[in-house]
Amino acid sequence: MRSDATPVISQRLPMHNTSAPTEQLKIVIVGHVDHGKSTFVGRLFHDTGSLPEGKLEQLQKIAERRGVPFEWANLMDALQSERDQNITIDTAQIWFRTPKRQYVIIDAPGHKEFLKNMITGAANAEAALLLIDANEGVQENSRRHGYLLNLLGIRQIAVLVNKMDLEGYSEEKFNAIEGEYRAWLKSIGVTPKVFIPIAAKHGDNIASRSAQMPWYSGATVLETLDQFNVTDLPLHQPLRFPIQDVYRFDERRILAGRVEAGRIRVGDRLVFSPTNKTSTVKTIERWNSPATDSASAGESIGVTLTEQIFVERGAVAALETDPPHELNRFKARLFWLGRQPLRTGRPYKLKLATQEAECFVESIDKVIDASTLGTVERPAAERVVGRHEVGELVLRTKRPIAFDAHSDIVVTGRFVVVDGLEVSGGGIVVDDNYPRRSGVGAAKSQNIFWSEAKITPQQRADRNGHRGRVLWLTGLSGSGKSTLATELERELFTQGKHAYVLDGDNVRHGLCKDLGFSPADRAENIRRVGEVARLMAEAGIICITAFVSPYRADRDLVRGLMKPGEFMEIFVDAPLEVCEQRDPKGLYAKARANEIPDFTGVSAPYETPLNPEVVLKTAELNVQESISKILELLHMQDDDAPIFI
Amino acid sequence: MDYLSKLENQSIYIMREAFNKFENLAMLWSIGKDSTVLLWLARKAFFGHVPFPLVHVDTTYKIPSMIEYRDRLAKEWKLQLVVGKNEEQLRGGVTFPNGKATRVECCGTLKKDGLKQVLEKHHYTGVIVGVRRDEEPTRAKERYFSPRDKNMEWNVEDQPPELWDQFKTDFDKGTHIRIHPLLHWTELNIWEYIERENIPIIPLYFANEKGERYRSLGCYPCTFPIRSKASNVAEIIAELRTTNVPERSGRAQDKESEDAFEKLRRDGYM
Repeated sequence: MRSDATPVISQRLPMHNTSAPTEQLKIVIVGHVDHGKSTFVGRLFHDTGSLPEGKLEQLQKIAERRGVPFEWANLMDALQSERDQNITIDTAQIWFRTPKRQYVIIDAPGHKEFLKNMITGAANAEAALLLIDANEGVQENSRRHGYLLNLLGIRQIAVLVNKMDLEGYSEEKFNAIEGEYRAWLKSIGVTPKVFIPIAAKHGDNIASRSAQMPWYSGATVLETLDQFNVTDLPLHQPLRFPIQDVYRFDERRILAGRVEAGRIRVGDRLVFSPTNKTSTVKTIERWNSPATDSASAGESIGVTLTEQIFVERGAVAALETDPPHELNRFKARLFWLGRQPLRTGRPYKLKLATQEAECFVESIDKVIDASTLGTVERPAAERVVGRHEVGELVLRTKRPIAFDAHSDIVVTGRFVVVDGLEVSGGGIVVDDNYPRRSGVGAAKSQNIFWSEAKITPQQRADRNGHRGRVLWLTGLSGSGKSTLATELERELFTQGKHAYVLDGDNVRHGLCKDLGFSPADRAENIRRVGEVARLMAEAGIICITAFVSPYRADRDLVRGLMKPGEFMEIFVDAPLEVCEQRDPKGLYAKARANEIPDFTGVSAPYETPLNPEVVLKTAELNVQESISKILELLHMQDDDAPIFI
Repeated sequence: MDYLSKLENQSIYIMREAFNKFENLAMLWSIGKDSTVLLWLARKAFFGHVPFPLVHVDTTYKIPSMIEYRDRLAKEWKLQLVVGKNEEQLRGGVTFPNGKATRVECCGTLKKDGLKQVLEKHHYTGVIVGVRRDEEPTRAKERYFSPRDKNMEWNVEDQPPELWDQFKTDFDKGTHIRIHPLLHWTELNIWEYIERENIPIIPLYFANEKGERYRSLGCYPCTFPIRSKASNVAEIIAELRTTNVPERSGRAQDKESEDAFEKLRRDGYM
């Protein structure tokens, strides 16, 4: 084993030539922490003669001054905090050239803590080198990174078994690691291009063949790089032209965007999803470029139309013959990076191509630990996707969006999820027999979103993420109706639902100010409240009412106004003694002193509900427990049409 | 598609995202080759227009022909030019050329603070900057959309994830986002593109009769020319294809200490 503090300077290869390389390939270096990624990059640069002049001497001088051994890794670990801790915190990029092409080398951190930085680096790459320490063998992040590379769509992978010097350059050791890791990759459907035994510190099998490992006859790392292919642009796929913006800087009205797949030509009849409008391409716009009548995948261009239709950012233009899916619900596989776990029922922002939409996780079907492929088991009620976990789930957006399955078209088949202000997860759309519109004529008959007539309750529910309902709280004065109604409204509002409380305070002063407390006036009061609540529910709102509503007939009248399931009677049931003891407004005292006539429970009857949907014994339950019972019911109610969708 | 076109299309995409997402957007223009290429790319992105102001942070120590070039292009290309100066510091004369500050301190006050003042004055929430990853190692760690806090500081240990061209465009009040459309270009790419597009570049980059040229432009007390015979764009490209000398080797402020430049950048330097 060599333990040199100063590097052995090998012969520099004549890498620089004056001919212009015609292509560029982006390679990410991944693997478990301390398996030698940054060291490898430093050595690769040195051995290919790509280090800037004076860089090696500068790094040596710094190491000397700090009294630490020289580290190749310091070439990439530019931050003081990285050099202090000898780890890579954030991804960095560096360039070098071979006679074949220019390379962008993306160094990614191996700490689990910095996974978001690894993903940032890897998401940009076209190929990957995955390093495994020969001594430590396959570790947690060796597997996790392999899994994520696949999820990110990187198919060209070479595995470098590093630090062979520490294992006596043993062929057996190398074979054992290759066998184990190859089997793991196979289980996730990945076939690596090659396994190479290297010793990054000494340059073995990097730019030149190792004299220490004559048993290895495969390609060196440098040769392997040149065998990777530059990713082809999706020129031959159906056209996808997501609109980034609409400009009116001069007389032209230009739809600006990048052609993400296929080709767009002057004269093409375009359909814009998800607005379902059509128009024809009049011109392709560029500045300081020869005018052409077409543009293809990868080009940032502009388009003018023959017929002026209203189009805005987010629309995806496609040919009428092959449009994207247009739905508000899709299956996805997603990795989560957020500090807070991903939960069902919470509002998030979805960004897919140039579209943005509020979204909810409808269901989490499976949570995977990407380092073991094992399912993360949690009780159904606590099902979340935790940080660094992968989830298979169903996402629902508040409005329909245009998308494709990732296996069909990549750019419109992947998305990120924003939690608050932070990009917190990324995912791909999993194929699932989504109804495919074909042509505009067909769209009208099949279309489930674009009604030309009245807006349906289903459309409102799709937009809001829940159905309209009336939650009718009934019970004695002091039983806790107002407290529960207010708390329930706040809770629903926090969850992103539209909820509103109707109570004596906002009804008696306006809508019903002409009414008193006689039995007839009470009946009329409840009738009016019932009608308003019904309208609100039709408008898609979860309307919570908090009225004593003592008469069974009055409550049943309101129930009769609505479809089955839309009216939920919630009996706030507290014994009279308890209510009288609470007496928050001093009404019982006044009633007992005969200052209030016809007071329910004292001098007027209260007719107990016979079949309420919920009974809340508020003498026994606290506010949170009561609220939970109502929310539970809202979630469970009617499997075919759950209120929260 | 050739790789220069790939770089160009990506930069245009980023600039359009920035223009869509930021109400109050500006672009820094240092008059150097990079931000002039950036300006050219803006005209590409917006079909001949530059729909936001260009901010030049003037230290008053710029090489004089830079200012002439700036004013000429601003007029020809109909640019909205905003010039920022740290007037107070300049009045006090606490500068490196006056011998009252180190190079790094001088950069900190005249450039970084000068920038901060002009951003605050105009309430810019998005600032397009022409830095590149290959210029120096801390820039290699940058994001395309990079948040800066209320004090303009860069939290380099906790940067947002950035994937699939989905950028961080949601941010707290008082903070701002730096947008770096040239991050993925190299110095050589810049010159190849200048050649392809025939972009007018300030002649300080071309070798004079003494056999010297500037490779990177800045303030005259801290920026030094290199020995070179490259007197036109094609010769510069040929020279860069064979050199191993780093681009900023003529920039003295980078070399005052091991992490001098990192500290400047964390505090808000470009």
